[in-house]
Amino acid sequence: METPMIALRGIQKRFDSVHVLKGVDYSVSRGSVSCLIGPSGSGKSTLLRCINGLQPADEGEVWVDGELIGLRIDGDHVVPLPEKEIADQRRQIGMVFQRFNLFPHMTALENVMSGPLRVNRADKERTRDLAMGLLDQVGLAARADHYPNELSGGQQQRVAIARALAMKPKVMLFDEPTSALDPELVGEVLSVMRDLAAEGMTMIVVTHEMGFARDVADHVCFMDEGVIVEEGHPDTVLTDPRTARAREFLKRG
Amino acid sequence: MNVTEGPGLRPRRNPKRSPWRYVVIAVMLFLALALADVVLTNPNFGWPVVGQYLFSAVILDGLLLTLELTAVVMVVGSVLGVILAVMRTSTNTFVARGAWAYIWFFRGTPLLIQVIFWFNIAALFPRISLGVPFGPTLAGIDANALVTPWTAAVLALSLNEGAYMAEIVRGGLLGVDRGQYEAAQALGMRPSKVFGIILPQAVRTIIPPTANQLVTTFKNTALVSVIGLADLLHSAQVVYALNYQTIPLLIVAAFWYLLLTSLLSYVQSLLERRYSKGYVPRSRPQAATGTSDAVALKEA
Repeated sequence: METPMIALRGIQKRFDSVHVLKGVDYSVSRGSVSCLIGPSGSGKSTLLRCINGLQPADEGEVWVDGELIGLRIDGDHVVPLPEKEIADQRRQIGMVFQRFNLFPHMTALENVMSGPLRVNRADKERTRDLAMGLLDQVGLAARADHYPNELSGGQQQRVAIARALAMKPKVMLFDEPTSALDPELVGEVLSVMRDLAAEGMTMIVVTHEMGFARDVADHVCFMDEGVIVEEGHPDTVLTDPRTARAREFLKRG
Repeated sequence: MNVTEGPGLRPRRNPKRSPWRYVVIAVMLFLALALADVVLTNPNFGWPVVGQYLFSAVILDGLLLTLELTAVVMVVGSVLGVILAVMRTSTNTFVARGAWAYIWFFRGTPLLIQVIFWFNIAALFPRISLGVPFGPTLAGIDANALVTPWTAAVLALSLNEGAYMAEIVRGGLLGVDRGQYEAAQALGMRPSKVFGIILPQAVRTIIPPTANQLVTTFKNTALVSVIGLADLLHSAQVVYALNYQTIPLLIVAAFWYLLLTSLLSYVQSLLERRYSKGYVPRSRPQAATGTSDAVALKEA
């Protein structure tokens, strides 16, 4: 069997007394799109943040393309890696946030260039070409010199996607990428994500956009109270869920 | 009722001003005149003496030294402040507590004591030497030779400044949105590079209190007059010790302090504008609706 691009085993996470993730096993195969759905507080975003170590798991293992993330195997044990090495591992894992988190003091172009320039010490001219290409890909080449506060939410999120892509990641994580957008701006962001999926990018998308999950995802996971309750092909999970909890959630949505 | 059926528009008139307004103006004018009368007619102010010394070499030299001292202290203190602020936010509790203790000590004791203390450090350590604790000494120097009034002043003011700047910088760093740290980390930036993204954003909130701190420090340098460093105040003191014109020379010193603090306030407003880049929309018209791009995208 082909090794999955992303594999999580027995992921546990606590915040003080709250048990957010209660042993999650989850894998995403190369080039596929997986959507994480479920009620707020179910642990979807936390699971996503465990993958790139922004919130490292207390227990369990995260593997990305055959590499153990945030940990080093030492005999029978695993030992946390120093922050520097986790940072190096994050280069291959792109992330897009609900609230865009563009760097406000940089133009759109500078935002997209920031990763390659600061992390990889890449050549400036070549990075500029790469960044302009990516801005063109998300339909924002004309806005390259605008600061984030001069862009709409949808435009900011597209720049954020371009910024993540500039690191040439193996996988892309989307944390509710359209939840902070005005309804009329959701479509432009989803359209960029659709293109990305069509190009064969491995993606995990935490979302409330059931239409997107149905059309684009190869795989849908329904999470509730820190566990994956149900997963499978979108047609099954979204239209004919086996579990009562998933049925209940989808009826409300 | 239709609005057009009303009685029609009448011309506007400003509301009547309170009669107290004129009373207040009269009182203020009276006080201003009284002050002017006292200041101009009382010969003890010694205005001719003020004029005589305002641009004299001894005063201007003192002013120059005060400015140099302020500049050095601000630079050293700011660097120290950034280091201490980073230490305080460190996950290593030993490092964080160390920075906390430093700030606690230097903010909790009077600056005047710190100035006198550093000037008299030779009483505590006659020789300052490098070596292994409790072990052999590698090199030593006479403390009195090393700690001149200038070094004592720089030491005292900078170490104190560092403690204040640390709190200012820390406030700025904490004020940057959590999402900015996460975005930088998610790109694969190491902690030092993340700091490089965060600090410029923190600078915007750090500037106003730092400018206040600069004004405070500029005035605080007057404390070094007690250890005989020839700053602006001490220079004025030297002159009035000889000619007994105490008040006129204090006016001369105060004039220069006031002029420079006013200038600094002006520079502060310029800096604040400079660092608001990306926060205040630029003046050229922007229609950030995104619809045109969205259309283009769908067509593509």
